[in-house]
Amino acid sequence: MAILEIKNIHKNFGNTKVLKGIDITLEKGNVLVIIGSSGSGKTTLLRCLNFLETPDKGTISVNGKVLIDGEDKATLSDKIIRKNRLHFGLVFQQFNLFPQYSVKDNLTLAPRLALKSEIKEYKKAHGASAAKEEKARREKEIQQNTLRLLEPVGLSEKIDSYPCELSGGQQQRVAIARALALEPDILCFDEPTSALDPELVGEVLKVLKNLAESGKTMVVVTHEMRFAREVADHVVFMSDGVIAEEGTPEEVFDNPKNERTKQFLQSII
Amino acid sequence: MFWQVTKDLLEGFGTTLELFGFTLLFALPLGLIISFGSMSRFTPVKWLVKTFVWIIRGTPLMLQMIIIYYGPGLVGTYASQIENPGIIMSWLATWSVFDRFVAVLVAFAINYACYFSEIYRGGIEGIPVGQKEAGQVLGLTKTQIFFKITLMQVIKRIIPPMSNEIITLVKDTSLARIIAVYEIIFMGQNYIKLEGIIWPLFYTGAFYLVFNGLLTIVFGKIEKKLSYYRG
Ligand SMILES: Nc1ncnc2c1ncn2[C@@H]1O[C@H](COP(=O)(O)OP(=O)(O)OP(=O)(O)O)[C@@H](O)[C@H]1O
Ligand SMILES: [Mg+2]
Repeated sequence: MAILEIKNIHKNFGNTKVLKGIDITLEKGNVLVIIGSSGSGKTTLLRCLNFLETPDKGTISVNGKVLIDGEDKATLSDKIIRKNRLHFGLVFQQFNLFPQYSVKDNLTLAPRLALKSEIKEYKKAHGASAAKEEKARREKEIQQNTLRLLEPVGLSEKIDSYPCELSGGQQQRVAIARALALEPDILCFDEPTSALDPELVGEVLKVLKNLAESGKTMVVVTHEMRFAREVADHVVFMSDGVIAEEGTPEEVFDNPKNERTKQFLQSII
Repeated sequence: MFWQVTKDLLEGFGTTLELFGFTLLFALPLGLIISFGSMSRFTPVKWLVKTFVWIIRGTPLMLQMIIIYYGPGLVGTYASQIENPGIIMSWLATWSVFDRFVAVLVAFAINYACYFSEIYRGGIEGIPVGQKEAGQVLGLTKTQIFFKITLMQVIKRIIPPMSNEIITLVKDTSLARIIAVYEIIFMGQNYIKLEGIIWPLFYTGAFYLVFNGLLTIVFGKIEKKLSYYRG
Protein backbone atom coordinates (compact mmCIF):
# COMPACT_ATOMS: atom_id res chain seq x y z
CA MET A 1 0.00 0.00 0.00
CA ALA A 2 1.17 3.48 -0.81
CA ILE A 3 2.29 5.54 2.18
CA LEU A 4 0.81 8.73 0.75
CA GLU A 5 -2.27 9.12 -1.36
CA ILE A 6 -3.42 12.53 -2.53
CA LYS A 7 -6.75 12.49 -4.30
CA ASN A 8 -8.37 15.23 -6.32
CA ILE A 9 -7.10 18.14 -4.23
CA HIS A 10 -8.66 21.51 -5.03
CA LYS A 11 -7.72 24.80 -3.44
CA ASN A 12 -9.01 28.29 -4.17
CA PHE A 13 -7.96 31.61 -2.74
CA GLY A 14 -11.04 33.71 -3.22
CA ASN A 15 -11.73 33.51 -6.92
CA THR A 16 -8.32 32.24 -7.96
CA LYS A 17 -8.24 28.50 -8.45
CA VAL A 18 -4.73 27.51 -7.40
CA LEU A 19 -5.02 23.72 -7.27
CA LYS A 20 -7.44 22.12 -9.71
CA GLY A 21 -7.49 18.46 -8.89
CA ILE A 22 -4.15 16.99 -7.91
CA ASP A 23 -3.66 13.22 -7.62
CA ILE A 24 -0.43 11.73 -6.35
CA THR A 25 0.58 8.40 -4.87
CA LEU A 26 3.91 7.82 -3.21
CA GLU A 27 5.43 4.55 -2.00
CA LYS A 28 7.27 4.29 1.29
CA GLY A 29 10.93 5.16 1.00
CA ASN A 30 10.50 6.90 -2.32
CA VAL A 31 11.36 10.45 -3.25
CA LEU A 32 8.89 12.58 -5.14
CA VAL A 33 10.25 15.69 -6.80
CA ILE A 34 7.81 18.40 -7.84
CA ILE A 35 8.87 20.89 -10.49
CA GLY A 36 6.96 23.64 -12.20
CA SER A 37 7.07 27.31 -13.00
CA SER A 38 6.41 30.07 -10.50
CA GLY A 39 2.80 30.30 -9.42
CA SER A 40 1.88 26.80 -10.54
CA GLY A 41 0.79 25.84 -7.02
CA LYS A 42 3.75 23.81 -5.70
CA THR A 43 3.98 25.62 -2.37
CA THR A 44 0.24 25.54 -1.93
CA LEU A 45 0.25 21.78 -2.39
CA LEU A 46 2.98 21.30 0.24
CA ARG A 47 1.11 23.62 2.58
CA CYS A 48 -1.98 21.48 2.17
CA LEU A 49 0.05 18.39 3.03
CA ASN A 50 1.22 20.09 6.20
CA PHE A 51 -2.22 21.42 7.09
CA LEU A 52 -1.16 25.04 6.78
CA GLU A 53 -3.93 25.33 4.21
CA THR A 54 -7.08 23.27 4.11
CA PRO A 55 -8.07 22.00 0.68
CA ASP A 56 -11.55 22.90 -0.51
CA LYS A 57 -12.03 19.45 -1.93
CA GLY A 58 -10.14 16.17 -2.03
CA THR A 59 -8.44 13.84 0.43
CA ILE A 60 -4.99 13.20 1.80
CA SER A 61 -4.33 9.75 3.22
CA VAL A 62 -1.31 8.27 4.95
CA ASN A 63 -1.01 4.50 5.16
CA GLY A 64 -4.57 4.16 3.93
CA LYS A 65 -6.06 6.39 6.60
CA VAL A 66 -7.77 9.58 5.47
CA LEU A 67 -6.19 12.43 7.42
CA ILE A 68 -7.92 15.29 5.74
CA ASP A 69 -10.99 15.52 3.62
CA GLY A 70 -11.77 18.99 2.31
CA GLU A 71 -15.47 18.29 2.49
CA ASP A 72 -15.55 16.61 5.92
CA LYS A 73 -15.49 19.18 8.71
CA ALA A 74 -14.64 16.52 11.30
CA THR A 75 -11.14 16.18 9.83
CA LEU A 76 -10.58 19.94 9.95
CA SER A 77 -10.83 20.63 13.69
CA ASP A 78 -7.77 22.14 15.39
CA LYS A 79 -7.20 19.16 17.62
CA ILE A 80 -7.44 16.51 14.91
CA ILE A 81 -5.19 18.57 12.67
CA ARG A 82 -2.58 18.92 15.35
CA LYS A 83 -2.48 15.18 15.84
CA ASN A 84 -2.51 14.27 12.16
CA ARG A 85 -0.01 16.82 10.90
CA LEU A 86 2.82 15.06 12.72
CA HIS A 87 2.77 12.44 9.95
CA PHE A 88 4.39 15.20 7.91
CA GLY A 89 7.37 17.44 8.40
CA LEU A 90 8.12 20.61 6.47
CA VAL A 91 11.40 22.35 5.71
CA PHE A 92 10.81 25.93 4.59
CA GLN A 93 12.61 27.93 1.95
CA GLN A 94 13.46 30.55 4.61
CA PHE A 95 14.52 28.00 7.28
CA ASN A 96 12.32 29.64 9.95
CA LEU A 97 14.52 28.66 12.86
CA PHE A 98 13.56 30.22 16.18
CA PRO A 99 16.17 32.98 16.59
CA GLN A 100 15.99 33.17 20.39
CA TYR A 101 16.82 29.51 20.86
CA SER A 102 20.11 27.70 20.47
CA VAL A 103 20.40 24.92 17.90
CA LYS A 104 19.77 22.41 20.66
CA ASP A 105 16.64 24.18 21.88
CA ASN A 106 15.34 24.55 18.34
CA LEU A 107 15.55 20.78 18.04
CA THR A 108 14.16 19.92 21.45
CA LEU A 109 11.37 22.51 21.83
CA ALA A 110 8.62 20.54 20.13
CA PRO A 111 9.58 17.10 21.51
CA ARG A 112 9.78 18.53 25.04
CA LEU A 113 6.37 20.19 24.75
CA ALA A 114 4.91 16.96 23.40
CA LEU A 115 6.50 15.06 26.27
CA LYS A 116 4.96 17.44 28.77
CA SER A 117 1.43 16.62 27.70
CA GLU A 118 2.20 12.91 27.43
CA ILE A 119 3.53 12.87 30.98
CA LYS A 120 0.29 14.45 32.17
CA GLU A 121 -1.56 11.44 30.78
CA TYR A 122 1.04 9.06 32.15
CA LYS A 123 0.65 10.58 35.60
CA LYS A 124 -3.07 9.89 35.58
CA ALA A 125 -2.44 6.25 34.67
CA HIS A 126 0.65 5.42 36.72
CA GLY A 127 0.93 7.96 39.54
CA ALA A 128 3.25 10.85 40.25
CA SER A 129 6.51 9.11 41.11
CA ALA A 130 6.41 6.78 38.13
CA ALA A 131 5.65 9.78 35.93
CA LYS A 132 8.65 11.62 37.29
CA GLU A 133 10.96 8.71 36.47
CA GLU A 134 9.45 8.34 33.03
CA LYS A 135 9.91 12.04 32.43
CA ALA A 136 13.58 11.98 33.40
CA ARG A 137 14.18 8.97 31.18
CA ARG A 138 12.42 10.49 28.18
CA GLU A 139 14.11 13.84 28.61
CA LYS A 140 17.47 12.14 28.50
CA GLU A 141 16.33 10.37 25.36
CA ILE A 142 15.46 13.69 23.75
CA GLN A 143 18.90 15.08 24.60
CA GLN A 144 20.66 12.04 23.14
CA ASN A 145 18.44 12.18 20.11
CA THR A 146 19.60 15.75 19.49
CA LEU A 147 23.18 14.60 19.12
CA ARG A 148 22.09 11.76 16.89
CA LEU A 149 20.21 14.20 14.65
CA LEU A 150 22.99 16.76 14.34
CA GLU A 151 25.67 14.31 13.35
CA PRO A 152 24.36 13.37 9.90
CA VAL A 153 23.86 17.04 9.03
CA GLY A 154 27.43 17.71 10.16
CA LEU A 155 26.62 20.21 12.88
CA SER A 156 27.48 18.43 16.12
CA GLU A 157 29.84 21.24 17.09
CA LYS A 158 27.16 23.88 16.61
CA ILE A 159 24.80 22.46 19.19
CA ASP A 160 25.06 25.54 21.43
CA SER A 161 25.18 28.15 18.67
CA TYR A 162 22.33 30.50 17.86
CA PRO A 163 20.81 30.66 14.37
CA CYS A 164 22.24 34.15 13.75
CA GLU A 165 25.73 32.69 14.19
CA LEU A 166 25.24 30.17 11.39
CA SER A 167 25.47 30.44 7.61
CA GLY A 168 22.32 29.93 5.55
CA GLY A 169 23.38 26.42 4.62
CA GLN A 170 24.00 25.55 8.26
CA GLN A 171 20.67 27.03 9.28
CA GLN A 172 18.87 24.97 6.68
CA ARG A 173 20.62 21.83 7.90
CA VAL A 174 19.50 22.60 11.44
CA ALA A 175 15.96 23.09 10.12
CA ILE A 176 16.15 19.64 8.52
CA ALA A 177 17.32 18.09 11.79
CA ARG A 178 14.53 19.90 13.62
CA ALA A 179 11.93 18.49 11.25
CA LEU A 180 13.40 15.01 11.67
CA ALA A 181 13.28 15.23 15.47
CA LEU A 182 9.57 14.44 15.41
CA GLU A 183 10.13 11.44 13.12
CA PRO A 184 7.57 12.32 10.46
CA ASP A 185 6.53 9.60 8.01
CA ILE A 186 6.94 11.99 5.13
CA LEU A 187 9.29 14.94 5.02
CA CYS A 188 8.46 17.82 2.69
CA PHE A 189 10.88 20.43 1.37
CA ASP A 190 9.81 23.68 -0.26
CA GLU A 191 12.71 24.90 -2.41
CA PRO A 192 15.16 24.20 0.42
CA THR A 193 18.10 25.75 -1.42
CA SER A 194 16.48 28.74 -3.12
CA ALA A 195 17.38 31.19 -0.37
CA LEU A 196 21.01 30.08 -0.24
CA ASP A 197 24.15 31.53 -1.76
CA PRO A 198 25.21 29.29 -4.67
CA GLU A 199 28.26 27.96 -2.84
CA LEU A 200 26.08 26.71 0.05
CA VAL A 201 23.57 24.80 -2.06
CA GLY A 202 25.72 21.70 -2.32
CA GLU A 203 26.00 21.00 1.40
CA VAL A 204 22.22 21.03 1.81
CA LEU A 205 21.57 18.89 -1.25
CA LYS A 206 24.08 16.38 0.08
CA VAL A 207 22.07 16.06 3.28
CA LEU A 208 18.91 15.53 1.24
CA LYS A 209 20.63 12.90 -0.85
CA ASN A 210 21.80 11.03 2.22
CA LEU A 211 18.32 11.14 3.66
CA ALA A 212 16.90 9.74 0.44
CA GLU A 213 19.47 6.94 0.44
CA SER A 214 18.66 6.10 4.02
CA GLY A 215 15.10 5.36 2.93
CA LYS A 216 13.26 8.46 4.08
CA THR A 217 10.02 9.17 2.25
CA MET A 218 10.31 12.68 0.87
CA VAL A 219 8.43 15.23 -1.21
CA VAL A 220 10.78 17.86 -2.61
CA VAL A 221 9.89 21.00 -4.51
CA THR A 222 13.05 22.19 -6.22
CA HIS A 223 14.53 23.95 -9.19
CA GLU A 224 17.78 21.94 -8.91
CA MET A 225 17.32 19.72 -11.95
CA ARG A 226 20.53 17.73 -11.61
CA PHE A 227 19.67 16.89 -8.05
CA ALA A 228 16.11 15.98 -9.08
CA ARG A 229 17.38 13.62 -11.75
CA GLU A 230 19.76 11.88 -9.34
CA VAL A 231 17.48 11.52 -6.35
CA ALA A 232 13.90 11.35 -7.57
CA ASP A 233 12.02 8.09 -7.92
CA HIS A 234 9.14 10.01 -9.39
CA VAL A 235 8.91 13.46 -10.92
CA VAL A 236 5.78 15.57 -11.17
CA PHE A 237 5.60 18.63 -13.39
CA MET A 238 2.93 21.05 -12.23
CA SER A 239 1.50 23.74 -14.42
CA ASP A 240 -1.32 26.10 -13.61
CA GLY A 241 -2.71 24.03 -10.75
CA VAL A 242 -2.71 20.65 -12.44
CA ILE A 243 -0.20 17.89 -13.03
CA ALA A 244 0.78 18.37 -16.65
CA GLU A 245 3.19 15.47 -16.76
CA GLU A 246 4.70 12.86 -14.47
CA GLY A 247 6.94 9.84 -14.57
CA THR A 248 10.45 8.65 -13.80
CA PRO A 249 13.19 11.27 -14.07
CA GLU A 250 14.24 9.80 -17.39
CA GLU A 251 10.73 10.03 -18.78
CA VAL A 252 10.14 13.60 -17.69
CA PHE A 253 13.59 15.06 -18.26
CA ASP A 254 14.70 13.15 -21.36
CA ASN A 255 11.45 12.55 -23.17
CA PRO A 256 8.92 15.13 -22.10
CA LYS A 257 5.65 14.72 -23.96
CA ASN A 258 3.83 17.82 -22.87
CA GLU A 259 4.64 21.09 -24.67
CA ARG A 260 4.69 23.02 -21.42
CA THR A 261 7.13 20.59 -19.81
CA LYS A 262 9.42 21.03 -22.78
CA GLN A 263 9.22 24.79 -22.56
CA PHE A 264 9.81 24.76 -18.83
CA LEU A 265 12.82 22.47 -19.06
CA GLN A 266 14.31 24.61 -21.78
CA SER A 267 13.77 27.83 -19.87
CA ILE A 268 15.50 26.45 -16.82
CA ILE A 269 18.69 25.27 -18.56
CA MET B 1 16.35 76.22 53.18
CA PHE B 2 17.90 73.83 50.62
CA TRP B 3 17.06 70.83 52.74
CA GLN B 4 13.52 72.02 53.34
CA VAL B 5 13.04 72.43 49.61
CA THR B 6 14.60 69.06 48.92
CA LYS B 7 12.30 67.45 51.43
CA ASP B 8 9.19 69.07 49.92
CA LEU B 9 10.20 68.20 46.41
CA LEU B 10 10.92 64.61 47.43
CA GLU B 11 7.43 64.41 48.79
CA GLY B 12 6.06 65.69 45.48
CA PHE B 13 8.30 63.29 43.62
CA GLY B 14 6.77 60.47 45.68
CA THR B 15 3.40 61.35 44.16
CA THR B 16 5.01 61.55 40.73
CA LEU B 17 6.44 58.05 41.17
CA GLU B 18 3.14 56.72 42.45
CA LEU B 19 1.37 58.01 39.39
CA PHE B 20 4.14 56.62 37.19
CA GLY B 21 4.10 53.18 38.84
CA PHE B 22 0.35 52.71 38.92
CA THR B 23 0.00 53.92 35.35
CA LEU B 24 2.47 51.26 34.20
CA LEU B 25 0.80 48.62 36.34
CA PHE B 26 -2.55 49.17 34.65
CA ALA B 27 -1.51 50.37 31.20
CA LEU B 28 0.93 47.54 30.37
CA PRO B 29 -1.66 44.72 30.54
CA LEU B 30 -4.54 46.89 29.35
CA GLY B 31 -2.50 47.83 26.30
CA LEU B 32 -2.05 44.16 25.45
CA ILE B 33 -5.80 43.59 25.59
CA ILE B 34 -6.39 46.65 23.41
CA SER B 35 -3.78 45.45 20.92
CA PHE B 36 -5.53 42.07 20.65
CA GLY B 37 -8.76 43.98 20.05
CA SER B 38 -7.20 46.04 17.29
CA MET B 39 -5.94 42.86 15.61
CA SER B 40 -9.25 41.03 16.07
CA ARG B 41 -10.54 39.10 13.10
CA PHE B 42 -14.03 40.16 14.16
CA THR B 43 -14.32 43.42 12.22
CA PRO B 44 -16.76 45.36 14.49
CA VAL B 45 -14.49 44.84 17.50
CA LYS B 46 -11.47 45.80 15.46
CA TRP B 47 -13.00 49.06 14.27
CA LEU B 48 -14.46 49.96 17.64
CA VAL B 49 -11.06 49.51 19.28
CA LYS B 50 -9.25 51.32 16.49
CA THR B 51 -11.64 54.28 16.75
CA PHE B 52 -11.12 54.41 20.51
CA VAL B 53 -7.35 54.38 20.10
CA TRP B 54 -7.60 57.06 17.43
CA ILE B 55 -9.61 59.34 19.75
CA ILE B 56 -7.28 58.85 22.70
CA ARG B 57 -4.13 59.34 20.66
CA GLY B 58 -5.63 62.22 18.73
CA THR B 59 -6.53 64.41 21.71
CA PRO B 60 -4.31 65.91 24.41
CA LEU B 61 -3.83 63.90 27.57
CA MET B 62 -4.48 67.10 29.53
CA LEU B 63 -7.95 67.40 28.02
CA GLN B 64 -8.70 63.74 28.78
CA MET B 65 -7.66 64.31 32.39
CA ILE B 66 -9.96 67.29 32.72
CA ILE B 67 -12.89 65.43 31.16
CA ILE B 68 -12.44 62.44 33.43
CA TYR B 69 -12.08 64.64 36.49
CA TYR B 70 -14.99 67.04 35.87
CA GLY B 71 -17.16 64.87 33.60
CA PRO B 72 -18.81 62.59 36.17
CA GLY B 73 -19.58 65.54 38.46
CA LEU B 74 -21.28 67.41 35.62
CA VAL B 75 -23.34 64.36 34.69
CA GLY B 76 -24.32 63.92 38.36
CA THR B 77 -25.38 67.54 38.79
CA TYR B 78 -27.34 67.50 35.55
CA ALA B 79 -29.10 64.21 36.38
CA SER B 80 -30.05 65.31 39.89
CA GLN B 81 -31.87 68.39 38.52
CA ILE B 82 -34.29 66.22 36.53
CA GLU B 83 -37.74 65.79 38.03
CA ASN B 84 -39.11 62.26 38.28
CA PRO B 85 -35.82 60.63 37.37
CA GLY B 86 -35.96 57.03 36.09
CA ILE B 87 -33.66 54.29 37.36
CA ILE B 88 -30.83 55.33 35.08
CA MET B 89 -31.11 59.01 35.87
CA SER B 90 -31.24 58.37 39.64
CA TRP B 91 -28.14 56.31 39.28
CA LEU B 92 -26.42 58.98 37.22
CA ALA B 93 -27.42 61.52 39.86
CA THR B 94 -25.19 59.70 42.35
CA TRP B 95 -22.17 60.41 40.15
CA SER B 96 -19.74 62.89 41.58
CA VAL B 97 -16.17 63.89 40.93
CA PHE B 98 -13.47 61.27 41.36
CA ASP B 99 -10.72 61.64 43.83
CA ARG B 100 -8.16 63.84 42.05
CA PHE B 101 -5.44 61.23 42.01
CA VAL B 102 -7.81 58.49 40.81
CA ALA B 103 -9.07 60.70 37.98
CA VAL B 104 -5.53 61.43 36.84
CA LEU B 105 -4.57 57.77 37.11
CA VAL B 106 -7.57 56.65 35.05
CA ALA B 107 -6.72 59.18 32.34
CA PHE B 108 -3.06 58.21 32.30
CA ALA B 109 -3.73 54.46 32.31
CA ILE B 110 -6.15 54.67 29.38
CA ASN B 111 -3.98 57.08 27.44
CA TYR B 112 -0.79 55.08 27.85
CA ALA B 113 -2.56 51.76 27.28
CA CYS B 114 -3.50 53.07 23.83
CA TYR B 115 0.07 54.08 23.04
CA PHE B 116 1.41 50.76 24.35
CA SER B 117 -1.20 48.84 22.34
CA GLU B 118 0.17 50.33 19.13
CA ILE B 119 3.68 49.34 20.12
CA TYR B 120 2.57 45.81 20.96
CA ARG B 121 0.68 45.56 17.71
CA GLY B 122 3.70 46.66 15.72
CA GLY B 123 5.83 44.15 17.61
CA ILE B 124 3.45 41.25 17.11
CA GLU B 125 2.70 42.00 13.46
CA GLY B 126 6.41 42.42 12.75
CA ILE B 127 7.16 38.79 13.57
CA PRO B 128 7.42 36.88 10.26
CA VAL B 129 4.51 34.46 9.73
CA GLY B 130 7.08 31.77 9.10
CA GLN B 131 7.80 31.67 12.84
CA LYS B 132 4.21 30.81 13.63
CA GLU B 133 4.02 28.32 10.78
CA ALA B 134 7.21 26.61 11.86
CA GLY B 135 5.59 26.16 15.29
CA GLN B 136 2.40 24.88 13.71
CA VAL B 137 4.05 22.20 11.61
CA LEU B 138 5.92 21.05 14.72
CA GLY B 139 2.53 20.39 16.32
CA LEU B 140 2.51 23.26 18.82
CA THR B 141 -0.77 24.70 20.06
CA LYS B 142 -1.69 28.36 19.58
CA THR B 143 -0.90 29.10 23.22
CA GLN B 144 2.46 27.36 23.01
CA ILE B 145 3.30 29.29 19.86
CA PHE B 146 2.47 32.58 21.56
CA PHE B 147 4.38 31.95 24.76
CA LYS B 148 7.31 29.86 23.49
CA ILE B 149 7.96 31.48 20.13
CA THR B 150 6.29 34.84 19.56
CA LEU B 151 6.38 36.52 22.97
CA MET B 152 10.12 36.60 23.49
CA GLN B 153 10.68 37.98 19.98
CA VAL B 154 8.02 40.61 20.54
CA ILE B 155 9.64 41.72 23.79
CA LYS B 156 12.97 42.16 22.10
CA ARG B 157 11.41 44.23 19.34
CA ILE B 158 9.38 46.50 21.58
CA ILE B 159 11.98 47.33 24.22
CA PRO B 160 13.38 50.38 22.38
CA PRO B 161 10.01 52.04 21.60
CA MET B 162 8.70 51.08 25.02
CA SER B 163 11.62 52.68 26.80
CA ASN B 164 10.98 55.89 24.86
CA GLU B 165 7.31 55.86 25.79
CA ILE B 166 8.02 55.12 29.44
CA ILE B 167 10.51 57.95 29.72
CA THR B 168 7.91 60.24 28.18
CA LEU B 169 5.48 59.02 30.82
CA VAL B 170 7.83 60.13 33.60
CA LYS B 171 7.75 63.65 32.20
CA ASP B 172 4.02 63.59 31.37
CA THR B 173 3.16 63.03 35.03
CA SER B 174 3.79 66.76 35.50
CA LEU B 175 0.45 67.39 33.73
CA ALA B 176 -1.30 66.17 36.87
CA ARG B 177 -0.74 69.55 38.54
CA ILE B 178 -3.51 70.97 36.30
CA ILE B 179 -6.09 69.44 38.59
CA ALA B 180 -4.05 70.04 41.70
CA VAL B 181 -2.42 66.69 42.28
CA TYR B 182 0.60 67.60 44.37
CA GLU B 183 3.31 66.15 42.21
CA ILE B 184 6.81 67.56 42.14
CA ILE B 185 6.32 70.51 39.74
CA PHE B 186 3.31 71.63 41.72
CA MET B 187 5.48 71.64 44.84
CA GLY B 188 8.18 73.62 43.07
CA GLN B 189 5.70 76.17 41.77
CA ASN B 190 4.33 76.60 45.25
CA TYR B 191 7.60 78.24 46.26
CA ILE B 192 7.03 80.96 43.69
CA LYS B 193 3.62 81.72 45.11
CA LEU B 194 4.48 81.42 48.79
CA GLU B 195 8.12 82.53 49.05
CA GLY B 196 8.72 84.29 45.76
CA ILE B 197 11.68 82.11 44.83
CA ILE B 198 11.98 80.27 41.55
CA TRP B 199 15.04 78.01 41.94
CA PRO B 200 13.06 75.16 43.57
CA LEU B 201 11.12 74.86 40.30
CA PHE B 202 14.37 74.61 38.35
CA TYR B 203 15.66 72.14 40.90
CA THR B 204 12.79 69.71 40.10
CA GLY B 205 14.51 69.03 36.77
CA ALA B 206 17.30 67.24 38.62
CA PHE B 207 14.84 64.70 40.00
CA TYR B 208 13.51 63.88 36.56
CA LEU B 209 17.01 63.66 35.16
CA VAL B 210 18.24 61.24 37.80
CA PHE B 211 15.19 59.04 37.56
CA ASN B 212 15.20 58.91 33.78
CA GLY B 213 18.92 58.23 33.93
CA LEU B 214 18.22 55.19 36.07
CA LEU B 215 15.49 54.01 33.69
CA THR B 216 17.82 54.40 30.72
CA ILE B 217 20.39 52.24 32.45
CA VAL B 218 17.80 49.57 33.26
CA PHE B 219 16.49 49.46 29.69
CA GLY B 220 20.04 49.37 28.39
CA LYS B 221 20.68 46.33 30.58
CA ILE B 222 17.56 44.56 29.33
CA GLU B 223 18.45 45.32 25.73
CA LYS B 224 21.93 43.98 26.26
CA LYS B 225 20.56 40.87 27.87
CA LEU B 226 18.39 40.22 24.83
CA SER B 227 21.16 40.98 22.36
CA TYR B 228 22.55 37.44 22.52
CA TYR B 229 20.62 36.79 19.33
CA ARG B 230 19.57 38.68 16.24
CA GLY B 231 16.31 38.43 14.39
N1 LIG C 1 -2.58 33.06 0.76
C1 LIG C 1 -2.82 33.31 -0.55
N2 LIG C 1 -3.80 34.16 -0.90
C2 LIG C 1 -4.07 34.41 -2.21
N3 LIG C 1 -3.39 33.87 -3.23
C3 LIG C 1 -2.39 33.01 -2.95
C4 LIG C 1 -2.06 32.68 -1.59
N4 LIG C 1 -1.03 31.81 -1.61
C5 LIG C 1 -0.74 31.60 -2.91
N5 LIG C 1 -1.56 32.31 -3.72
C6 LIG C 1 -1.53 32.31 -5.20
O1 LIG C 1 -1.56 30.98 -5.63
C7 LIG C 1 -0.75 30.77 -6.77
C8 LIG C 1 0.21 29.62 -6.53
O2 LIG C 1 1.14 29.99 -5.52
P1 LIG C 1 2.24 29.00 -4.99
O3 LIG C 1 3.01 29.73 -3.98
O4 LIG C 1 1.63 27.71 -4.58
O5 LIG C 1 3.13 28.78 -6.29
P2 LIG C 1 4.53 28.07 -6.43
O6 LIG C 1 4.38 27.03 -7.48
O7 LIG C 1 5.03 27.63 -5.12
O8 LIG C 1 5.43 29.24 -7.01
P3 LIG C 1 6.98 29.58 -6.73
O9 LIG C 1 7.79 28.73 -7.64
O10 LIG C 1 7.06 31.02 -7.10
O11 LIG C 1 7.24 29.34 -5.29
C9 LIG C 1 -0.07 32.10 -7.04
O12 LIG C 1 -0.75 32.73 -8.10
C10 LIG C 1 -0.26 32.88 -5.77
O13 LIG C 1 -0.37 34.24 -6.02
MG1 LIG D 1 6.66 28.18 -3.89
